Amino acid sequence: MPDQDDRHTDTGKQTGTQTGTEDIVTTDKTEGAVPAIEFRDVVKRFGDNVVLDGLNFSVAQGDRVTLIGPSGSGKTTILRLLMTLEESNGGLILIDGVPYTHEYRGEKWVEIPEKRRRVVRNRVGMVFQQFNLFPNMTVLENIIEAPVHVLKKSKAEAITRAEELLEQVGMSEKRDFKTNQLSGGQQQRVAIARALAMDPEILLLDEVTSALDPEIVADVLGVLREIAETTDITMLLVTHEMQFAREVSNRVLMFDHGQIVEEADPETMFTNPTHERTKEFLKAVLAH
Amino acid sequence: MNDSIWDWDTAWDVLPDLLEGLKITVIATVVGMVIAAILGLIIALVRRSGSRFITVPVRFVVDFIRMTPLLVQLVFAALLLVPALPPLAVGCGVLGIHYATYMSEVYRAGIDAVPKGQWEAATALNLPRGRTWVAVVLPQAIRNTLPGLGNYAISMFKETPFLFAIFVVEMFAAAQRYGANSFSYIEPLTMVGLLFLAVSYPTSLLVRRMEKRLA
Ligand SMILES: Nc1ncnc2c1ncn2[C@@H]1O[C@H](COP(=O)(O)OP(=O)(O)O)[C@@H](O)[C@H]1O
Ligand SMILES: [Mg+2]
Repeated sequence: MPDQDDRHTDTGKQTGTQTGTEDIVTTDKTEGAVPAIEFRDVVKRFGDNVVLDGLNFSVAQGDRVTLIGPSGSGKTTILRLLMTLEESNGGLILIDGVPYTHEYRGEKWVEIPEKRRRVVRNRVGMVFQQFNLFPNMTVLENIIEAPVHVLKKSKAEAITRAEELLEQVGMSEKRDFKTNQLSGGQQQRVAIARALAMDPEILLLDEVTSALDPEIVADVLGVLREIAETTDITMLLVTHEMQFAREVSNRVLMFDHGQIVEEADPETMFTNPTHERTKEFLKAVLAH
Repeated sequence: MNDSIWDWDTAWDVLPDLLEGLKITVIATVVGMVIAAILGLIIALVRRSGSRFITVPVRFVVDFIRMTPLLVQLVFAALLLVPALPPLAVGCGVLGIHYATYMSEVYRAGIDAVPKGQWEAATALNLPRGRTWVAVVLPQAIRNTLPGLGNYAISMFKETPFLFAIFVVEMFAAAQRYGANSFSYIEPLTMVGLLFLAVSYPTSLLVRRMEKRLA
């Protein structure tokens, strides 16, 4: 839960939160009142390429939101902005109502210093398409590294938790293996455990099965399905696995050219989309 | 004096002096390499630090050291420092600093070769900057630099005869000195060459094996 005292009481416009319209946002931290993630007029450019041009959207606490859309539409960029792997060029990104990367001081849009970002970043975890495990460490060392050095857990405590997580992702017997001795699917399951070991409130998943052999994809999706069922972590995921998106998410956002084209519950989005662009996209994805 | 080209008695006679010299040669290489390895890493990290007030002067000094001959640096440093420090210490220092400028490039390449995804995973886990360097980047970068370190160690080893110029009696100086006293140069110098080979060659095989294993 947020423990910041400098959080904005004014949450501005909220698009499509689960609880519907809230005209007045109270200062107490009622579950769902403040979105877990909020983008306000976020701009992101790479040189002349404007990827996000004033994007607004929010994700309620505990929501499972899937981003779909053609390649290059800006889905990865959104997750990377949330993980501070990219810097925005305008607008605000709020986590639990707290400005995360930039804020307005008077009229001026200023960067929030790393020290304050770190506090907020602790609530966000990410799993990458290419796993990005640390090859100089064992499986266990990968998982306890951040709990010990960021959350300041004792090593014993971190190991106990890591072993639970390894059990959960079915990797207990690889505990002391070096990561290059593991298959892609195994590496990704360790990467999921590593992200969960930080007890994130928000988990970002960027095409986490795209680099895997088809027969392994189901294992990893199974692990994620279980996490979705057994935790209340807010999830923002990009995936081409439409069946999976349908099972785990309660909202789907269709992106094109950095804009939300359509937004619906998965049932509606996948069976009865409104927009022509969505129909085309789904037809193309489901065709192969 | 004798008139055959190779005299075994001379060879046996000079061997203890040469082994004594070899000891100095090895000490100079090991100490020089330790200095080069540590200072090279510091230079590489400082040059990445960003601030131009630091990186520009450091680059100037590094380039200056690389563009001037080791022999000149040795003699120059000895002239300035030798009364205060023993010649061997000055020699180790100069070798170390000279090679640090080359090692810094090896480290730079090693650091650059660590995939961007490693930094990103560290950020996603909220690891502090310092911890990311110590626990994630440097272990992988240094692994990448081991063959380079080995190659420069061999090359430094072969350049230790320059220490002759500042009156450090390493292997080559020992041979010279023996030659000057006995007028037999063939045996001492041949044996110096063989002793260099005896150390360099196995080391280079080791480095090559390391390169293959890391590839
Ligand atoms: N590091 C980068 N440098 C330059 N352009 C980038 C970079 N990352 C992404 N882009 C551009 O931003 C756009 C959106 O990319 P991305 O967010 O990866 O889309 P998606 O994940 O939906 O496929 C693309 O046009 C891509 O070329
Ligand atoms: Mg992408």
